[in-house]
Amino acid sequence: MSNQTDVRLDDAPGLRTEREATPGSAGRGGRSLRPPEPEAESYYGLPVLNGTPWSDHDIAGYLFLGGLAGASSTLAAAAELTGRPALARAAKVAAVGAVGGSLYALIHDLGKPSRFLNMLRVFKVTSPMSVGTWILSAYGPQAGLAAATELTGRFPRLGRAATVGAGLAGPALATYTAALICDTAVPAWHDGFREMPFLFAGSAAASAGGLGMLAAPLAQAAPARRVALLGAALECAAAVRMERRMGLTAEPLRRSRLLKAGQALSVAGALLGQGLGRRSRVAAMAAGAALLAGSVCTRFGVFHAGTASARDPRYTVEPQRQRLAKSRAERDLT
Amino acid sequence: MAFDLDRAPLDAGYDDPPKRMGFFTDTSICIGCKACEVACKEWNAVPEDGLLFTGMSYDNSVGLGADTWRHVAFVEQRKPLGHQETGARDMDFRWLMASDVCKHCTHAACLDVCPTGSLFRTEYGTVVVQEDVCNGCGYCVPACPFGVIGRRETSGTAAKCTMCYDRLEVGQEPACAKTCPTDSIQFGELDELRERADRRLEQVRAAGASSARLYGHDPADGVGGTGAFFLLLDEPQVYGLPPDPVVTTADLPSMWRHAGAAALVLLAGMAVAAWRRGR
Amino acid sequence: MSGMGFSWPLLRQLTGKDRLGRAAAVKSPRTGEHPARTAAADRVVKSVCPYCAVGCAQNVYVSDEKVVHIEGDPDSPISRGRLCPKGASSLQLTTGSGRLNKVLHRPPGAADWREIDLETAMDMVADRIIATRRATWEWENKGRRVARTMGIASLGGATLDNEENYLIKKLLTALGVVQIENQARVCHSSTVVGLGTSFGRGGATTFLQDLQHSDCVLIQGSNFAEAHPVGFQWVMEAKARGAVVIHVDPRFTRTSALADLHVPIRAGSDVAFLGAIVNHVLENELFFRDYVLHYTNASTILREDYRDAEDLDGLFSGFDAENRCYEDDTWQYEGMHTVAASGERDEDYDRPAGSMPAGRPEVQGGTGVPLSGEPRRDETMRHPRCVLQVLRRHFARYTPEMVQRVCGVPPELFAQVCRHLTENSGPERTAEFVYAVGWTQHSDGAQFIRTASILQLLLGNIGRPGGGIQALRGHASIQGSSDIPTLFNLLPGYIPMPHAHEHEKMRDFLRADASCRGFWANMPAYLVSLLKAWWGPAATRENDFRFDYLPRLTGSHSTYDTVLAQLDGTCKGYLLLGENPAVGSANSRMQRLGMARLDWLVVRDLNLIESATWWKDGPEIETGELVTSEIGTEVFFFPAAAHTEKSGSFTNTNRWLQWHHRAVEPDGDARSDLWFMYHLGRIIRRKLAGSADPMDRPLLDLTWDYPVEGETAEPVAEAVLAEINGWDAEGRPLDAYTQLKDDGSTVCGCWIYCGVYAGGVNRAALRQPAAEQDWVAAGWAWAWPANRRVLYNRASAAPDGRPWSERKKLVWWDEEAGRWTGLDVPDFEEGKPPSYRPEPGAQGPAALSGIDPFIMQADGKGWLFAPSGVVDGPLPSHFEPQDSPVANPLYGRQRNPARKLYRHEDNRYQPSGEEPGASVYPYVVTTYRLTEHFTAGGMSRHTPYLAELQPEMFCEVSPELAAERGLVHGEWATVITARGAIEARVLVTDRIAPLHLNGKVIHQIGLPFHFGPNGLARGDAANELVSITLDPNSHIQEVKALSADIRPGRRPRGPALPELVLAYRRRAGVTEDTGTEV
Repeated sequence: MSNQTDVRLDDAPGLRTEREATPGSAGRGGRSLRPPEPEAESYYGLPVLNGTPWSDHDIAGYLFLGGLAGASSTLAAAAELTGRPALARAAKVAAVGAVGGSLYALIHDLGKPSRFLNMLRVFKVTSPMSVGTWILSAYGPQAGLAAATELTGRFPRLGRAATVGAGLAGPALATYTAALICDTAVPAWHDGFREMPFLFAGSAAASAGGLGMLAAPLAQAAPARRVALLGAALECAAAVRMERRMGLTAEPLRRSRLLKAGQALSVAGALLGQGLGRRSRVAAMAAGAALLAGSVCTRFGVFHAGTASARDPRYTVEPQRQRLAKSRAERDLT
Repeated sequence: MAFDLDRAPLDAGYDDPPKRMGFFTDTSICIGCKACEVACKEWNAVPEDGLLFTGMSYDNSVGLGADTWRHVAFVEQRKPLGHQETGARDMDFRWLMASDVCKHCTHAACLDVCPTGSLFRTEYGTVVVQEDVCNGCGYCVPACPFGVIGRRETSGTAAKCTMCYDRLEVGQEPACAKTCPTDSIQFGELDELRERADRRLEQVRAAGASSARLYGHDPADGVGGTGAFFLLLDEPQVYGLPPDPVVTTADLPSMWRHAGAAALVLLAGMAVAAWRRGR
Repeated sequence: MSGMGFSWPLLRQLTGKDRLGRAAAVKSPRTGEHPARTAAADRVVKSVCPYCAVGCAQNVYVSDEKVVHIEGDPDSPISRGRLCPKGASSLQLTTGSGRLNKVLHRPPGAADWREIDLETAMDMVADRIIATRRATWEWENKGRRVARTMGIASLGGATLDNEENYLIKKLLTALGVVQIENQARVCHSSTVVGLGTSFGRGGATTFLQDLQHSDCVLIQGSNFAEAHPVGFQWVMEAKARGAVVIHVDPRFTRTSALADLHVPIRAGSDVAFLGAIVNHVLENELFFRDYVLHYTNASTILREDYRDAEDLDGLFSGFDAENRCYEDDTWQYEGMHTVAASGERDEDYDRPAGSMPAGRPEVQGGTGVPLSGEPRRDETMRHPRCVLQVLRRHFARYTPEMVQRVCGVPPELFAQVCRHLTENSGPERTAEFVYAVGWTQHSDGAQFIRTASILQLLLGNIGRPGGGIQALRGHASIQGSSDIPTLFNLLPGYIPMPHAHEHEKMRDFLRADASCRGFWANMPAYLVSLLKAWWGPAATRENDFRFDYLPRLTGSHSTYDTVLAQLDGTCKGYLLLGENPAVGSANSRMQRLGMARLDWLVVRDLNLIESATWWKDGPEIETGELVTSEIGTEVFFFPAAAHTEKSGSFTNTNRWLQWHHRAVEPDGDARSDLWFMYHLGRIIRRKLAGSADPMDRPLLDLTWDYPVEGETAEPVAEAVLAEINGWDAEGRPLDAYTQLKDDGSTVCGCWIYCGVYAGGVNRAALRQPAAEQDWVAAGWAWAWPANRRVLYNRASAAPDGRPWSERKKLVWWDEEAGRWTGLDVPDFEEGKPPSYRPEPGAQGPAALSGIDPFIMQADGKGWLFAPSGVVDGPLPSHFEPQDSPVANPLYGRQRNPARKLYRHEDNRYQPSGEEPGASVYPYVVTTYRLTEHFTAGGMSRHTPYLAELQPEMFCEVSPELAAERGLVHGEWATVITARGAIEARVLVTDRIAPLHLNGKVIHQIGLPFHFGPNGLARGDAANELVSITLDPNSHIQEVKALSADIRPGRRPRGPALPELVLAYRRRAGVTEDTGTEV
């Protein structure tokens, strides 16, 4: 490149500044004598994303307990309305216990637990966690009231109303958590946002059913058994569809032993419940335990698959590059 | 769930706000001195981020996070830089340096998902953490598609570049741009910077750097364009940047629909399961 | 719960415009409540960055008497408000928790420090100095009066203010101390020689901002972008205007990354490279003929008995093999010869009577060479003995093929450099050279700079915009500490220190050293004014102005000679003033062993540097070679004041004096060195008051009454500056050094700084914003001499006084006005027309003609050939470094025959080239700076923000070398020489390419020299590996090129470490004679 110096000793404005410097312009290089290296796909193999600062016990536990609580309340309402008091009582108690636990987990994971109530400064439809907080604050008191009236036997009408209210809010509590984790840049979570709510709903139902089987007498546990079966089926169906649709970012999910165990336990528990569980209290309890364990495994599985997908830059970069290539190709066509 | 992401940041609710301000980081003239990292830490009292020898060329800061708000990447490649001649080896070589920073996205996931309103959009169109409000839920961290924001161990709250909000309010440019010895980091009104960047790109390409490209300047991209954008000399991922980031909340409406549907399915399933007769 | 309560954001969200709650609605009351520190500060104090010599201006923001923020001052024409990471971290440097503010004392043999109060400590130090001085006082040496003490030495000053250096030199000289040294010795002393002999002054010929006008910037021996990042913006300015940027360096650095050409070169082979360009320019007649003919000594004819290195296989005529030095009388111009001057060349021996000893570099280096008589010239430049023809013959064998063989640079790449350089020189274009310690720190460092000077003279690039040679200085005031020298061989303004064996009287001294032509002819006025500044009324014409009060030199008393003196017990007391030799000086092990032999050691610094703590945690303690309880050295640590805590001036690499104002008082016992020196002198004078002992007269007669201010009784720095500037008989401040008299009526502490306080105005503090003036920025600070920014700028005009070209005009002759005028202050007598020719026998400046631009030179010419002043040869020749794996293909002599060596058990040299055992140390090692750290680390390794950026010592090796030696990236390696072994993390990189020297592959190892065991960023010091081998001109050490071995793994601990070093020596057959041949 030929010399293009424009020396102006008068420093007149309009002169090019150093930010216009073009390093390497005046040489003769640029003809590679070696084959170019393969395209680097990352910066020293470091993740693009910062991952989550969350502890798995708190947040995966929160996903499980929230699901259990929500589904249990719905089950409780259904049981109460269909005259299965024992099942209803068990489910209500379970729900209030679970929601308490989930609340603890949520607060415990905050960097500044003392500021938990800041969640109520705003209502942000763009933030599943904000929406969830409001759902919780709508659901929590009703679930509590339902359980309290149930156990004390006082204010039956109010109890009935609270039970129904919690039962209606329950599903929202059980599924919003899916939106919560999917509304992130974590590849294995975000890309699964279509099926994740169903997977969570299924897992929640299965766990609630499991708990029902565990706690309620055989005579009243029929809905629990059916709920468990439906839940397990929904969970598996959602998982299969999700992994098939997602492509590369499904890898961490596919690789997750916890997820496999979760589904196996759910299915096993559900079938066992529908089989021996109809007659044998022991079998029913075993099935229930399996279903609960299955749900726990599923939630931890999903959580860890997500963090794993965030750690490996491939899951962030590859899909984006393919997307770019695709859109370029389309642009070139038109 | 009707909300219109594309109105951000116009729906910020400020009365006659100033022009949107931004960074244009021209990596082709970065000398990798890291003055931006230090000036940023000095101004914002960001704690030291660990004394770790990484062996990643001259980069010992590793990446952006709660305690590193400017990060200079160093990339050594056996590729040519324009017409540069690099001596005895029978191969091309170039040493790329780039100062990374929070992108201050037009559609900022961290801001969208923040449940307390700690993260908010300022009148300058920048995205800032309000430390006194943050309860440390950490949701913003996985939400950021660039891996910028982090949760600080010591305080438990989220932290990232503020584009020196306090300096802007008194009409001063951010500390990193102020100190940059070669003006690789340029601060100004975003529109003006975008025009400047287009001219600059032509210039750099004409000078032989065919791999040069702008990153984050396109309002049509997945995050609606960034308030801090870059002139890069190679693919974004080479610098640790996502090639085509999309704000996760773009899919949120659909997420809500699916979540709602799943909730209804659950409700219905329960009902069916309960009302069906038999043991 | 902030933000809740009556103004619940949710309500604002639902009622306001920000429905989604993502902006205005959710703003917390505290947000934006606290205004920026910059806006809220009580005051803004103008200051200057304390790190390198670019001299970036800083704004220091103060609230409640605390410094709350420091950032660049956008008004500065040099830095334009920018700061590098070091400058940007100066808040942490000055206010960080690491800083001490208590005085520490370590009694002899003690295991740890104890705190003592400042007053007691000052009193103790005063007593130590008095006692040591008494015990070691020396009236005579070999029968000649010396009136001095060799028992006390001081080191440091380049990080201090000019005023502080002035008091150090003044007090210690009055005490009879001659071993006064600073970083300038180990950094740029060869610059003073190289540039001084070539052009007349030892400073950079231009200033940083002028780089923007260059058409080609050749950076060699400097890592500009990394070591001087803010200065580098002016290279980018030049680049933006289309200039070609070339970086010649062993490594591909952050500078290379921004250059057009990177030329990898073997460390230490630069003379061969530049010499070959000189040859290319001469053979192809590419030199700037008119410039060369009129402004250089190209046409001057040399004596018949001159013999060149080409004739004598690497030796010039006049070599004295026994004393390893030259007698330079045969190098003279025909019909003209150098006044006999002796200098530090004649060490502790007497010369044979009647011989003409070599010139004195500190004189010529500083301010040109005294000559007398009329030189013969051949205007055709064809005479076989004229300089141009001698030059042609001298460099004839420096061919591209030789460059390949010596430097490892391929011919086609070399041709590129030649093309760019020559295409961008001439009337319409200028090229500029930029270098730093990559050139100076060699056993023939002065000759590196001489070669570049020759080249720039041939290309006609000196004294013109965008041309010249920029010597990048590395300390805030390293230029100032050479101008006001805390250097053993100089008095302020480059007046030589008198030597013992002649100069009994001042007139002998002046006859010996003062020229009869050029501005050096006024030396009597400069010297008498200095003596009046020091001894005031006590200095009269009758008593020879107390010239006898000056202690005398007997040979070299450089910092490295001081180390030897410490080891042999001669030197008992040591003052370290902001310097860290335990890490920063060559053979740092010897530095520590020397300190371990002292009676007392005073360390003044911001942090507990290695030089203050070696007695409890130094490497020798670890190996067991030293035992703390057996070390008798009494150590004092005085916390120093930071640049924000004192007022004073730094002289930057532009030769600009920039004043920094005190922002706050220092904490606790921290004090400025101005305070320390002034009060130390006051206490000593009080203790000795009334003494009848003649040895105390110089001290008691000293003018030592500076006004003080504040509760710490800090001396008023501006009063010291006023004394440096000087005043006339009526006490009026002087305006220019031309007013100085030799009758004792004027007082001036440093003649080249005369004018900085003209009219009683502190011109160093002038701060006219860059935006309000042109690029020369004459209204910002003050440049020596006489506020000239581009030296020798008369050369920017043709002999007839008109600019060479419109494009490159700078100063020119205004016919109507009858004076020189232009964009810069003319570096020429204002009224002397181009047509002026001196009368025969004219004296002083009047002896120079209207076409003699180099007014400090006795013949007014730029010196292609140095008839005197450079003690190891009038022309540069390539010699290999002291320790080198390569045999010298150019001459039979492997190494510089005149180099200075120190035979010592701890300073063994290695076999080189073809010598048996050379293969034991097969690799070339070069040392360097990183942007993230500063020199020996005392101002960076204790700073978290800098330490985290480069936390550990590492070595840079090529993938090829890593494979050859099994080095693993990120793991450890051990580097071994005959002096020591250090460990470092391995950084395998393509940036340090193996070189091919005609088939032979040479691997190079890169070592940053910043690290040491103390602070946050730690590691072994590269200087453990280096030998003390000095350039004979400047006594600078060779640390930029040596040879070593490298192996995987960490170094051994304990006694096994010295054993490893010894094992290598045995294998290489190292003896005390190795590498010491002439």
